[in-house]
Amino acid sequence: MHMDMSQYLEIFIDESKEHLQTMNEILLVLEKDVDNLSHLGEIFRIAHTIKGMSGTMGFTKVADLTHKMENLLDLVRNGEVKVTSYIVDVLFECFDALEEYIDNLEKNGSEGDLDSSALVKKLAVIADNKGDMTAGKSEPKKNEPIKNDIGEETFHIGLNDIESIIQTAFEINVKSYLIKVTLDEGCMLKAARAFIVFNTLERFGEIIRSYPQAEEIEDEKFDQSFEILYFTKLDEAYCKTELMRISEIKEVIVEPLEEMDYTAEQSLKDVEIDLEHVNEEIVKSGKDEAQNTKSDKGKTSKTVRVEIGRLDNLMNLVSELIIIKTRLEDLDTSQNRMVDQNSSNNMNEAIEYLERITTSLHDAVMKVRMVPVERTFNRFPRLVRDLSKDLGKNIKLFMSGEETEVDRTVIDEIGDPLIHLIRNSLDHGIESPAEREKAGKADTGFVALRAYPDGNTVVIEVEDDGKGINPEVIKKKAVEKRIITKETADIMTDKELINLLFEAGFSTVDKVTDLSGRGVGLDVVKSKIEAINGTVEVVSTLGQGSKFIIRLPLTLAIIQALMVNLNKEKFAIPLNNIKEITNIETRNITMVQDQEVVLYRNKTLPIIRMKHVLDIDQTKEELDEIIVVIVKKGDVEAGLVVDGLIGQQEIVIKSLGKYLTGIKAIAGATILGNGSVALIVDPNQLF
Amino acid sequence: MSEIREFVTFRLNQEFYGIDINNVENIEKVLPITRIPYTLNYVNGVINLRGIIVPVVDLRARFGLTPKPASDESRIIIVNVDDLKIGMLVDSSSEVLQISTDEIDDAPNVRKDVDNEFIKNIGKKNGRIIMLIDLYKVLNIEQHVE
Repeated sequence: MHMDMSQYLEIFIDESKEHLQTMNEILLVLEKDVDNLSHLGEIFRIAHTIKGMSGTMGFTKVADLTHKMENLLDLVRNGEVKVTSYIVDVLFECFDALEEYIDNLEKNGSEGDLDSSALVKKLAVIADNKGDMTAGKSEPKKNEPIKNDIGEETFHIGLNDIESIIQTAFEINVKSYLIKVTLDEGCMLKAARAFIVFNTLERFGEIIRSYPQAEEIEDEKFDQSFEILYFTKLDEAYCKTELMRISEIKEVIVEPLEEMDYTAEQSLKDVEIDLEHVNEEIVKSGKDEAQNTKSDKGKTSKTVRVEIGRLDNLMNLVSELIIIKTRLEDLDTSQNRMVDQNSSNNMNEAIEYLERITTSLHDAVMKVRMVPVERTFNRFPRLVRDLSKDLGKNIKLFMSGEETEVDRTVIDEIGDPLIHLIRNSLDHGIESPAEREKAGKADTGFVALRAYPDGNTVVIEVEDDGKGINPEVIKKKAVEKRIITKETADIMTDKELINLLFEAGFSTVDKVTDLSGRGVGLDVVKSKIEAINGTVEVVSTLGQGSKFIIRLPLTLAIIQALMVNLNKEKFAIPLNNIKEITNIETRNITMVQDQEVVLYRNKTLPIIRMKHVLDIDQTKEELDEIIVVIVKKGDVEAGLVVDGLIGQQEIVIKSLGKYLTGIKAIAGATILGNGSVALIVDPNQLF
Repeated sequence: MSEIREFVTFRLNQEFYGIDINNVENIEKVLPITRIPYTLNYVNGVINLRGIIVPVVDLRARFGLTPKPASDESRIIIVNVDDLKIGMLVDSSSEVLQISTDEIDDAPNVRKDVDNEFIKNIGKKNGRIIMLIDLYKVLNIEQHVE
């Protein structure tokens, strides 16, 4: 069973995430607009969908929780319970629990150990206290089975407590049936089949109850068959044919209920069934545990949801490629027969055509990998809401440019650094309402999250209107923590001082808060962003706020690079790291603290010998003038000495693979036009 | 019960070695190898194997044999271990041998010039001796993938 389910797991996770995302958004809206019942309907619908999907997949924890949410939401929707901020909070908690389950499913294929029974209880308490109607709906009904005289079929549905309803039904000429549906032995998605059965029946009448109960059926807690008490105006035969039309149904038995049929009897049978039930559940939970232990096998792969139009475009381009291939083959054969002006013209034409297609193809493939930053952004409204509540600050979040697209791999990496920066702004940046008032600011602070494309990069800014960063405080701390000496500190500009925030071991807050005091500093943010070839810097005006600016490459796969020579070896230096290229006379190089430096444009520029870094024979005689590629890392610059420049080139970054990890100063490799491999230098690791 | 196993054989100096055929993806003529700085001495560099970057291990260096430039006969055997694709540079490689499990013995502790732990078993076929290597140990998988 589970082998077969795995193929649906990815889809399940993808869809659940989407639904959860929507739920999150609606919850945030709901919180501000508690009286609007349409939001509740929407959340109800989502909970219901997730319940259905997880039930089918056999994820009982998710299904249970969503089921309970559904119960509560149903009451709220019907106006029996009024929405309060407490209810919204509980719903948020449910959302968190669901998200964790889905995360666990994605990471290791099982729901994990998170226990949501307390949450379920909370939901039940709300439902019980505020709505009188709850008992009938959410509590398990007493199952008093009846034995039916007709045929050998035994029905387990208890009818006692609803005699009057059945009676009424008879009176208004609605027929009641007991229906027993038996599924094929090989039926794969039993719950899904059952769902179709329910749906079909609901088109023509009303399902009063079922055995097992609907939630258990959705959880697939039944063998091959289940029973339904059904009210309809249709006749028996019609119901039967309608149901038999559904595939994978082995047998349908429809028993009309006669007026006196529902007399209760046989409590012995009841006990028997209950025991059976319990046994079944024990077996089931045992199975679950077994699955948990081997959970690490079930990791899912990364997926990208692609608009069909983009794939069509890709397909078109590939077909064009095939056409041009045939055309080149034709040219090849005709060229063998006669060499004339005409065919070489054709050849050029064909090559141009080919070039055009490969460029378009490249674009198209890139687009397939692109996803909007929305995917990362959409968790922030919730984050800001929760944090500002915890901190007792009034904070508004503005977001713009959510539609800006970046490569999928970039999206995955950028989430954590952004969370960190936002936390930082909320915790250290924005002042408490009292402080803000004293400073003459509006008591609601703001955090703005903006994304926009800028040439070949995407910029993401996190800006707040808080107290800003005090360079003097930084200076003091940095000297205290021995990150820099007093002498260095004195000659540093404010901007340089502020950027010391990104140094390892730097944290300006003495008080460790729950939020930012996790032992992770901004240096981690920086290294994470640099790992994906991005940069981060901060600008700040004391008293007015700070802005963190992150620049990210559009894609990690293809970059512009400068190809250089070192002896006979070729290396690529990413162009976005390069500031300029210059020649420097060797006699101008001086040694400062074991480091070669040169005075360039009135600044000291450290000189890095690439041959030394890359372990290349350095015995060749030194020239009077050397070629220096000046690279920048944030505000810091360094000159890389190379033998020769080959030129600028678009390169495809390839990983060196798991076998060769942690190679110093190398970001990967690329394949050159002649098929040989060149290594890509990572200037960020050089200084 | 004896069964027949298949081994891709290769040569280093005058000795023949075998790798279980299930680990072998293909055998390539020597492609241009790009050096990688600061790697272990037996890592030759990387090659472009039809668009995929594949690391190459020089088995002569790994087995502590005297270095020798690649010749026309040299081959790179592309093996697949734990989803890692790795090339092994050998003096030559030509045949696939079928060896019955009856003819496979534990490695005796007599060889001195090759680190003993690299040899898992000894296979015999038509009077020839084939040393069956332990790819995990030879490629030092554990140390590389930590």
